[in-house]
Amino acid sequence: MEGLDEEMERDPTVCVMGEDVGHYGGSYKVTKGLATKYGDLRVLDTPIAENSFTGMGVGAAMTGLRPVVEGMNMGFLLLAYNQISNNCGMLHYTSGGQFKIPIVIRGPGGVGRQLGAEHSQRLESYFQSIPGIQMVACSTPYNAKGLMKAAIRSENPVVLFEHVLLYNLKERIPDEEYVLSLEEAEMVRPGEHVTILTYSRMRYHVMQAAKTLVNKGYDPEVIDIRSLKPFDLHTIGNSIKKTHRVLIVEECMRTGGIGASLRAAIIDNFWDYLDGPIMCLSSQDVPTPYAGTLEDWTVVQPAQIVAAVEQLCK
Amino acid sequence: MASSSLLRRAISSAPSSSLLRPMSARLFSSDETVLSIETSVPYTGHKIEPPSRIVETSPKELLSFFRDMALMRRMEIAADSLYKAKLIRGFCHLYDGQEAVAVGMEAAITKADGIITAYRDHCLFLGRGGTLVEAFAELMGRKAGCSNGKGGSMHFYKKDARFYGGHGIVGAQVPLGCGVAFAQKYNKEGAVTFALYGDGAANQGQLFEALNISALWDLPAILVCENNHYGMGTAEWRAAKSPSYYKRGDYVPGLKVDGMDALAVKQACKFAKEHALANGPIILEMDTYRYHGHSMSDPGSTYRTRDEISGIRQERDPLERIRKLILAHDITPASELKDIEKEIRKHVDDAIAQAKECPMPDESELFTNVYVKGYGVESFGPDRKEIRATLP
Repeated sequence: MEGLDEEMERDPTVCVMGEDVGHYGGSYKVTKGLATKYGDLRVLDTPIAENSFTGMGVGAAMTGLRPVVEGMNMGFLLLAYNQISNNCGMLHYTSGGQFKIPIVIRGPGGVGRQLGAEHSQRLESYFQSIPGIQMVACSTPYNAKGLMKAAIRSENPVVLFEHVLLYNLKERIPDEEYVLSLEEAEMVRPGEHVTILTYSRMRYHVMQAAKTLVNKGYDPEVIDIRSLKPFDLHTIGNSIKKTHRVLIVEECMRTGGIGASLRAAIIDNFWDYLDGPIMCLSSQDVPTPYAGTLEDWTVVQPAQIVAAVEQLCK
Repeated sequence: MASSSLLRRAISSAPSSSLLRPMSARLFSSDETVLSIETSVPYTGHKIEPPSRIVETSPKELLSFFRDMALMRRMEIAADSLYKAKLIRGFCHLYDGQEAVAVGMEAAITKADGIITAYRDHCLFLGRGGTLVEAFAELMGRKAGCSNGKGGSMHFYKKDARFYGGHGIVGAQVPLGCGVAFAQKYNKEGAVTFALYGDGAANQGQLFEALNISALWDLPAILVCENNHYGMGTAEWRAAKSPSYYKRGDYVPGLKVDGMDALAVKQACKFAKEHALANGPIILEMDTYRYHGHSMSDPGSTYRTRDEISGIRQERDPLERIRKLILAHDITPASELKDIEKEIRKHVDDAIAQAKECPMPDESELFTNVYVKGYGVESFGPDRKEIRATLP
């Protein structure tokens, strides 16, 4: 939220569009206070019309404005898939470079607390094939601010994946201005035995599992990949060259998820450095059920991560 | 003002020869005496008082209409032959019959106003100042095309003239157009955006969504339905419960216009621009017709009779209407008009010859313009091994 505010102050072409972002302050309070500060023309409450207001965001971006389009829940952006894929991603290419689309599309996704199947979606797997867009996933207040600023400043369309359960995190962040790189992964915990690649909320499950693993004598290296498209193969590669074992922990579905693409990329590039197959823990290929216990079983839990590492390191 | 000199631009891109110079003087008139002409079909308004049927024009403007429409007509017919010769591939949607909309609109607005349309975009591109060579080169997939050969028939753009394309997915351009109008309001430009769509697209939900938002936020957006009465093979009465497209905005005023009359179109667009700047969106329905099928793969005769097509050609053809007006007002003799058409034919042929010589894009172009390189960071796909990331 700070990131949005700072960028809006710095650059008058930045505007925000979304449902209830203005007067209501945003359904997760991300845009709280911005409407009073910047006015109704820069913080726009839209009607419930994702397809068209995403399209309008793209149209505005074609002229040089830098809109930040919020999907109240990432799942709602499926209604705008045509605009995101065909117009947002492709216009720079099909116009021969004439139009730039410096738009940021953001919103909370992921499995929350019993929100039901339609409100617990992970769209990163659907968007990852769209040529022309960049995807980043934030996981901490520090990287959320930095990535938001970077996404706004980028000339390319960026889809910023936030997570419903991570909005209440508190962290001390620097006072000075900082902007993070969109294509860089974050080294969370350096180690020697195994490379664990993760992003968004699963990072916390991995870190929980890491505590258990350390007690058991393992030394996992945890990397928050952050950049979902393109992957930061430099950081990932260096890690694999060191540990030779890879575990991917993601909240995406197993079929066609980020983990699937990441596995392929690692095999293509770092086959010689692997001591064994790449393990991938992902969510089950089911719609997210409402019941709490069932919901817990759809996503990866720390105990499973510990078991997977133990198996990898056998 | 703003009578487009398409031919002047088209000539400047063709090789100059001394033969052209004495003839070109004849092609342009500077006679600006005001002629008041009544349109043959009155306007019908929805929740708005329609403008007057009397349109002011001049011999200069009428001649420029004739030139520009003849050029557009010739270009589309030439594209037809090129497609059959397999030099143009994929989809090719031709605009002949609808030229009056493009030409009339340009006469009413400036290049500060925006235009966005769907895939039947060749003539609108020309109207916005695109050259014949750029158009043919793009159609043939050459590097010199307006989108460097990477867009094709459905993706013509001209950013400096605020022509936003060129879109393949039916109806998706309307929210984009409203977004451009939003930006114009945001930047206080005092300009409007015309978002064109067809009778087929008029049933898209996103259109009504965008209209609602535009009306709520008072955006200077003008939605123009180019009603050629067929959404590919489906007649309008089979697709829309209410084919009165100018009325479907409900709370948004609308105007029905004879889209085969360039003067009527010009008056309507001028009226719409004034309205949009003061009061927000308005819908224009252009009653027009396309002679070709939906695209080159559609013969255009399975869902309509040849008699209908030839009937419209005889009674409502936009080019013939202007020709009759020019002759009725003794602006130039008929033989001169025929010579103009011959000139235009030659220019089009020259442009095609020039475009044929243009090279195809280089292999490396496959990967250019996927992302914008900026912000001091380079991005690579997941199959590249190295990444350099530097912050500014």
